[in-house]
Amino acid sequence: MTVSIRIPTVLRPQTGGAALVAFEGSTIGEVLNQMVAAHPGLAGQVFSADGSLHKFVNIYVNDDDVRYTGGLETPVASGDEVSILPAVAGGAA
Amino acid sequence: MAVYQSVLDLIGETPIVDVSALSPNPNVRILAKLEGRNPAGSVKDRIAKNLIEAAERDGLLIPGAPDQILIEPSSGNTGIGLAMVCKLKGYHLKVVMPANVSIERRQLLLVWGAEIIESPGSEGSNGAVRMAHQLAAEHPEWVFLYQYANPANPEAHYRTTGPEIFRDVPDLTHFIAGLGTSGTLMGVGKFLKEQNPAIQLWAIEPPSGEMVDGLRNLDDGYIPPVFTDNHGEQLLDRKTVVRPRESLEWTRKMIEVGLFVGISSGAIMAGAVRCASLIPEGESATIVTIACDDGWKYLSTGAWTDDLDEVVERAKRIIYF
Repeated sequence: MTVSIRIPTVLRPQTGGAALVAFEGSTIGEVLNQMVAAHPGLAGQVFSADGSLHKFVNIYVNDDDVRYTGGLETPVASGDEVSILPAVAGGAA
Repeated sequence: MAVYQSVLDLIGETPIVDVSALSPNPNVRILAKLEGRNPAGSVKDRIAKNLIEAAERDGLLIPGAPDQILIEPSSGNTGIGLAMVCKLKGYHLKVVMPANVSIERRQLLLVWGAEIIESPGSEGSNGAVRMAHQLAAEHPEWVFLYQYANPANPEAHYRTTGPEIFRDVPDLTHFIAGLGTSGTLMGVGKFLKEQNPAIQLWAIEPPSGEMVDGLRNLDDGYIPPVFTDNHGEQLLDRKTVVRPRESLEWTRKMIEVGLFVGISSGAIMAGAVRCASLIPEGESATIVTIACDDGWKYLSTGAWTDDLDEVVERAKRIIYF
């Protein structure tokens, strides 16, 4: 199943400038592993040394943060849109 | 109506209104708590009062003493709330604020006598937080309340917002609010889960990461200590991004039920609608949302009156949440 991933500006140097990439997998973990295999510069940005998600990266499937929907096991289906967004201080504060 | 001794006594006890006319699911009620009714105009009045009173209890601030200076990073509402409280109590407030906030937010700070220190707009709220830390370190004589880490922030919601919601809507099934410092969600969420662990907590956030062009490295990232100290990842049930177009569309739809609210309230309403549409057939739910502030501070963005496509583009460049 092919899933498209939106790459934030801060990570585009690692994808040769591409804002949108597409990879296969049935869970978000599989898709992200395919992505870092193709763009090794992303590995240390997306994952911590222990293989969990980097603390300052948020991964969204159709705008839902995967930390609350099953983590790296969150299922994905064809046509799902994945976004990677850096964790930053929020808004109206 | 009672006669109040001080405007500070008017903070809290905000009304909740049924906005189910906008619910996509006839079995799901959606209720909005109108925080714009607070005297300085937003939900942040609650924490402003509590942050300052906690500092007074701790001896960091001394009521009536001269030349007491506070510094705080804020993209708007906390600064405005603090500025109002400081005006009444005689403290001098410096607010570190990103350059790209609406003109009304800047003006309101000046109305209440605060001083504005601009941080680079491209660095968003992160940049304001960083600059406030630097300035506070250079001036140890200034009081740095630091809403992102101060337990008095979630405590205000644990002690007031949460109990008000549970008293007025004891049968609520979901609470949905915006995620900034996380103070509202942590404080209200903790209180509600203690009353009924089945209540679901949803956090709504803007896609801020995309707007923050100044972010050079993911290690510049930031998670508010209020979130980690309160085990936010365990407390929340769902965290979802609402993008500018949907936020603005729902800000406009709120007019249909008589509510002229700020753009973050529209984003939260969009999240509530998403939540309502996920409730399975045959089940019912009652969602309580927070309408953080009213629309006045956003009129200059043209949010209600200009072409939606143009406003969406504009919204991507300003901090509205």
